[in-house]
Order: sequence, then structure tokens, then C-alpha cells
Amino acid sequence: MVPLSWYLALSAVLFTIGAAGVIIKRNAIAMFMCIELMLNATNITFVAFSSFFRDVTGQLFVFIVMTVAAAEAAVGLGIIIAIFRNRLSLDVDDASVLRD
Amino acid sequence: MDLSNPYIQAALQFLAIFITFNVVLMIVAYTVLAERRILGFIQGRLGPNRVGPGGVLQPFADLLKFIFKEEIVPDKSTRFVYFLAPIIAVTSAMMTLIVYPFGPRVTLPYFGQVELVIARFDIALLYVLAVTSIGVYGIALAGWASNSKYSLMGGLRSSAQMISYELSLGLSLVGVILMSGTLDLYEIVEQQSGWYGFKWNIFPQFIGFVVYLTSAIAETNRVPFDLPEAETELVAGFHTEYSALKFALFFMAEYINMFTVSVLATTLFLGGWNVPGLALLFAPGSIPFAVFSVIGFFVKVFFFLFLYIWLRGTLPRFRFDQLMAFGWKFLLPVALLNVVLTATLVWLGVL
Amino acid sequence: MTILIFLLLAALTIGCAVAMVAQRNPLYSAIALIGVFLGMAGIYVTLAAPFIAAIQVIVYAGAIMVLVVFVIMLLNVEEEVRRPIRLRRLVPLGVLLAAIFFAEAAFIIYFVETSAYNPPPATQSNVGLTASVGTGLFTKYLLPFEITSLLILMAIVGAITLARRVSTLEGGRTRLRATEETRSQTSAD
Repeated sequence: MVPLSWYLALSAVLFTIGAAGVIIKRNAIAMFMCIELMLNATNITFVAFSSFFRDVTGQLFVFIVMTVAAAEAAVGLGIIIAIFRNRLSLDVDDASVLRD
Repeated sequence: MDLSNPYIQAALQFLAIFITFNVVLMIVAYTVLAERRILGFIQGRLGPNRVGPGGVLQPFADLLKFIFKEEIVPDKSTRFVYFLAPIIAVTSAMMTLIVYPFGPRVTLPYFGQVELVIARFDIALLYVLAVTSIGVYGIALAGWASNSKYSLMGGLRSSAQMISYELSLGLSLVGVILMSGTLDLYEIVEQQSGWYGFKWNIFPQFIGFVVYLTSAIAETNRVPFDLPEAETELVAGFHTEYSALKFALFFMAEYINMFTVSVLATTLFLGGWNVPGLALLFAPGSIPFAVFSVIGFFVKVFFFLFLYIWLRGTLPRFRFDQLMAFGWKFLLPVALLNVVLTATLVWLGVL
Repeated sequence: MTILIFLLLAALTIGCAVAMVAQRNPLYSAIALIGVFLGMAGIYVTLAAPFIAAIQVIVYAGAIMVLVVFVIMLLNVEEEVRRPIRLRRLVPLGVLLAAIFFAEAAFIIYFVETSAYNPPPATQSNVGLTASVGTGLFTKYLLPFEITSLLILMAIVGAITLARRVSTLEGGRTRLRATEETRSQTSAD
């Protein structure tokens, strides 16, 4: 059987990759995807604990995280499209001033 | 031979999957032939009838032709994605085939009691929805990777269409799920047996059935919703730049999707393998009972496939804005209404 | 057997995640991320949580990523340009801190592994089945569930408001051209 700590390690590695991606990436959509990766990495921890401790709560958390991620995707992509319309670029360094 | 050995069970499972895939591919090949013959009949012409007696070998001739055609890869295409797209399309279409129950419980010699379903699990219906939702990528990525404006337009249109109609498709199934209280397809079918066919979900869920059928036709990109490949506007849509076997894969994926949609409609709304009154003739669990049930199942499936062809011969195509308005402003509210209605009736204990 | 499957899926997930960050073409990143999500769905299955696995594929791979791919195709996003690393002198410090962090993490994981409490394997439980998830969601956690539905409503309204401000891409282009013209005029003055 796979021990619990392996799942936690996997989750930690994925979260780190996601966090590094947010810092490295300059493209708004790519950063958005890295944030999704981080959210998913935490989901693994929730599900792992939930199934090892035989308690469904962790999986309900994942369910709610997913809905939050879906809402975030809708609004986030809306913002990204709005930025692209105004500046014709998705580079976050270009979007450093608040007025257009 | 010890049948409880997990390795032997796994081997049997693989064998069953292999047989299913081959049977379905044959059905798909003959659906294509039937479509061409029936369309010919509808339009007052003959259709392909030269290869073999009455044209029965036509699918194999087509296959040979596809194999010997030249492979053309567009110069400016994105290679990796270009080759990935047809693979995604076919894989996602075929992966759902294993969960459909096609016959009742039967007692076989040597095997004992067997349920005629390859993989039975708790979330079968969600699995179907999940796998089919991957199929969008096949089309969208094909359109993008070809680096051609017609392909891109076709790909964009189809992803928009499939996202929109997936909503009403999912919601139309919620009514059935509410009534049966499970996502296990085998149990959904079993709950529909009895009462000489009047327990089929199509009677209490008629609105859901109509919404499902409409959005399923839109999901499979067939007439009258075949805008992604509207030949008069977009050459051939997302697969304009695909040739030879890669095109054949897309073609196959479309017909496998038609088949799975028909099977799902049969399973959820038309009682699956239940044949009205069959229990009076044969004892449930006996081999003839199972054989006739399986035949009944396939008759229902073929009826839906015929419906597809019939619609193609009859209806004109929608305009894109009409398609979107129809999906979002009519089909989705009707599906939601159906969910509310069913939930209320289930809560009151009527259904 | 489960260990082998877990290792394969973990390798797929981590490989796709690294590829996602390493790719400079956003569409390739998106495809890699879809790979990550599918691998994670497999990992949820090894954890005996099939419902969450199915929802993972439907919501992430089937809805969110389709939207992302759609936006990338629609905006025709170009590859990121490689740019020089600012703060070059801080790189050794960063490497050092990362090494310390990983050492700590490995230390902790090592101790978790050998700790007294070793939870039982989870393959035979019915915690992950649809019925138990649904029961939990609609009884004990009904309020959070309702709040998320409110959140989704807000997201719908927000997305529509954001998307309908300027009707076409052309609007942005003309405005950009106008600002560039005024800028060049002011600099000429």
C-alpha cells in the first residue's frame, strides 16, 4: 500500500512547482494556470487525509475548492480578456499602470 | 481454471474490452454504409452498392482507400498537437464504451452468474460525462494546430458549441439520476424493468429525453447542428487539413460518439436491455432471455442511429447565432425546469 | 500493484507540471496542465475517491481548461519572450534557501513515515462513494454548499460585466492607437 506521506510529498512537490511558476511566468494566462496547479496540489492533501482517516469532510472541501476554482476561472479569464483588449498584450509587466 | 484469481479476471476483462472495441468498430463501419444507403434512398438515388453483394463490403473498400491515401501534413502546423488531436478524439470516444450494460444477469455454464457489463462501478454515469468532456480537445486542438483559418473557425465554433450544449446535456440527465437515486448505469436499467415497459424513464422524463436527444445531437456535431464542419462555409471545418488515416480517425470518433450517445439514450430513457413481456416467455436469468434482451438492446440503439440519419436527410442547418440562442435561451431553461419539476415530484413522493 | 500505479501517475503528474512551467507557448502549457489534471484524477482513484476523480475531470479538464484553451486560441497568444534575469546576484541565496527548505521537508517526511500512527490503507472504504459525499454535502455542510452557489452566481455576473464592456477587439485597438498618437504628439511638443 502507498503510505500517506507519499501523497503529501507529491502534493508538496506540485505546490512548489506551481508557486515557482507563478513567480517565473510573465504571461497572465500561464500564471493563472500555475495558480490552478497550486489549488490542485492542496486538493491531493485533502483527499489523501480524507481517505486515510475514513472521513468524508476532506472530499467535501475538495468539492468546494473546485467550485471556487471554477468561479475564479470565469472571473479571471474575463479580467485577462479585458486586459488584452486594452493593452493588446498578456504580459503582466505591461499591465503595471492602473489607467489606460 | 480458477475464475476468482485476479489475474485471470483481469485477462478476461481485457478480452471483453478487446471484443467490445471490435464489435463497436464493425457497427460503426456499417453505420456509415447504412447512412449512405439510407440517404440515397431519401434523396431518390441508390447509394454505394458496387463492392460486394448490395455494397456490404463498402466499409472495407473505404478503409483501404484511407490507408493508401497520401499523408499530408501542413507545412506551418504545430506538429505535436497536430498528431495528438485525432488520438484524443478517438481515445475519448472509445473509453466510454466499457461502462454500458448491454444485457441482464445470466447464468452461464462454467462462469456461473454473470452481469452483461464490462465494468460496473459506482460513478459510471459521471465517468461517461467526464470522458466525453475530454473529446472537445480533439476538435479544438485540431483546429488550432492545422494553422488554417477554416480549421481555426471550425475548432472555435465546435468548442463553443460543445461547451454550451454540455450544460443542457448534463442537466437533462439529472432528472433520471434524481428518480433512480444512483449513478450506476446497471442499476438504473434494472430499476426500469417490469410493468411491460411502462417503467421506462422516457414516460416520466419526456422533457428530459427530448432535451437530451437535442443536445446530444449538438454534442456529436451532426445535422442540424453540424456547424463546426459546415462544408458550404468552412470547407470541412476542423479537419480540413487532415488526410488519410488521421481524417479516418476523426470520422471514426464522430460515429463512435453517435453510437455511445444512442447507447446512453437507450440505457437511461428506453429501459436498456428490458424487452416488454419477455419475462412471460423465458425465465429471467436463462440464456434465451439474455439473448433476446441483448437483441432488444441493440434494436433500440439502432433506432437512434437511424434517427440520426433520418434527421440528416431531412433538416437544414442552423445559423451559428441561432444555435447559440437555442442552446442558452431555450434548451437550458427547459432542462432546468425539468430538474426543478422532477425534484419537486420526487420530494412529494409522486415519482 | 497500487504502488506501481501511484508511481506512474505521480511521474506523469510531476512531469506534466514541470513541462507546464518550462513551456513558453501558453497552449503547450495548457495541454500539459490537462495532463496534470488527468493524472490527479488517477491518483484520486488510487485513494478510493472515484466521485472526486470524476468531478476533477469534469470540472477541471472538461470545463476550466476548455475555457483556457478557448481564450488562448481566441486571443492567439504569442510565445513569451525570454528576458534577462534581474536580481542576478540573489540567485545563489535563492538556491541556498531552497536547499534548506527541501532538507527540512525531507526531514519532516522521514519522521512522518516512521511515526507511531500509521493509518490503515483506504482501498476498501466507502467514504469516496457518491452516496457518502452527497450525504455529507447536503446535511452537515449545507451552508458552505449554499455559499459556494452564491459565489458562483457572483462569478457569473462578474464575468458577464467584465466581458461586455467593450464590444469588440477593435475598440481596444483604436483606443491604443489614440493614446500612442497623443503620446507622440506630447513628446513632439
